[in-house]
Amino acid sequence: MIRVVNLHKSFGHLHVLRGVNFSVAPSEVVCVIGPSGSGKSTLLRCINQLEKADSGHIYIDNEELTHPKTDINKIRQQVGMVFQLFNLFPHKTTLENITLAPIKIKGVDKAAAEELAMELLRKVGLTDKAHVYPNKLSGGQKQRVAIARALAMQPKVMLFDEPTSALDPEMVGEVLAVMQDLALEGMTMVVVTHEMGFAREVGDRVVFMDEGVIMEEGTPEEIFNNPRNPRTRAFLSKVL
Amino acid sequence: MPGLELFGLGFLDSITSQYGYRVVTNNIGYFLGGAWYTVFITAISLAIGMVLGLFAGLGKLTSNKFLYYLSTAYIDFFRGTPLFVQIFLLYFGVLPMIYDNDPVSSAIIALGLNSGAYIGEIVRAGIQAVDVGQMEAARSLGMNHRQAMTYVILPQAFKIVIPPLINEFIALLKDSSLVSAISVAELMHRGDLVFANTYQAWVFGAVAVIYFIMTKTISVIGDHVERRLATD
Repeated sequence: MIRVVNLHKSFGHLHVLRGVNFSVAPSEVVCVIGPSGSGKSTLLRCINQLEKADSGHIYIDNEELTHPKTDINKIRQQVGMVFQLFNLFPHKTTLENITLAPIKIKGVDKAAAEELAMELLRKVGLTDKAHVYPNKLSGGQKQRVAIARALAMQPKVMLFDEPTSALDPEMVGEVLAVMQDLALEGMTMVVVTHEMGFAREVGDRVVFMDEGVIMEEGTPEEIFNNPRNPRTRAFLSKVL
Repeated sequence: MPGLELFGLGFLDSITSQYGYRVVTNNIGYFLGGAWYTVFITAISLAIGMVLGLFAGLGKLTSNKFLYYLSTAYIDFFRGTPLFVQIFLLYFGVLPMIYDNDPVSSAIIALGLNSGAYIGEIVRAGIQAVDVGQMEAARSLGMNHRQAMTYVILPQAFKIVIPPLINEFIALLKDSSLVSAISVAELMHRGDLVFANTYQAWVFGAVAVIYFIMTKTISVIGDHVERRLATD
């Protein structure tokens, strides 16, 4: 589904990604963990080209994103992204946030788009918030709307960039529950997270990143119960 | 007003004499006609300024080097030299080379170009004030740059720019008084003419009040628009 080959990315003198090789199978849930500044978010942002990689190749469904002729807008329609800070459109209601892209980009008619949006809102448990503006929602509700908004484009892959890091602790659960449902439905997901409980329970595979490379990857049991890399052990001893 | 001399206030005679305020009442229709002219010139200049400003503002944000330098040069020149000078330069120097120019169209062109430069900076700042996450969210949904701008960034920038834009409208309306110098028969020019015949400073009091009524109207409308666009 996703294949990343020898990806490099620098911001000025800071070499953030130093040759990342990474792949995700269909319906797989991959959790990316690691200390701050390890390049996890940058990797995710490169996968939908919010950051341009300096070198290396990224393929989604065997289509090369890093090829200059690729229509990146087309690919992005198939790759949903959920941000740490939600990034809902503040001038649109919940419903409009969800229907905007399907109507304007896919050309779905308004009624059909709204029907799908309501179904997604039911899924994330927010049908009663359809007509309110984002500033009336709690953090957890905003993030659930953001997930619904991304799903409205019917993506093949969902990328989550620390989706619960900006939430009050009591709201983390409701967002993780929605993500877990999504995983059970067979969505392919890449989740950058600090929620080790989620990685352990929901992840099919856990990837530990540090200093711009993947240090270790394996099943949650392997990584959490029996980490081989000393870095992984050091990191886990701090967060668990 | 007789008797003022007794209090040593005889110097007020000229502005308090019966004839004094009559200058205003006698010419009120003439002044209001000038005010209408002021509104007309301001409105058209503003429309030109908004279009130029939108392009100049976008030009300052584009990665296209040519458009960037063009916008920057335009904004720098019209912000960096006095409007009064620009009016004369355009009326006497530049525009006669292009067409058989008259005061009114020259005034509108000068005011439009000048306000466009200021609005350009307002537009640039407004767009930059929209959180970068908004562009990223729009792009991540598959919108191209233009769609993201149209549906996500510009509507939010519009709300941000309303207060500075209202400021600019008001400044433009007041600055339009400068075109009296090239004999456009707007409010200030008419005040000047009446003053030259009567030497009654009442005239400028009346002119000031009429300008104030017009600018206050703009700010009230601006407040209303701001409230209507509020999302809470």
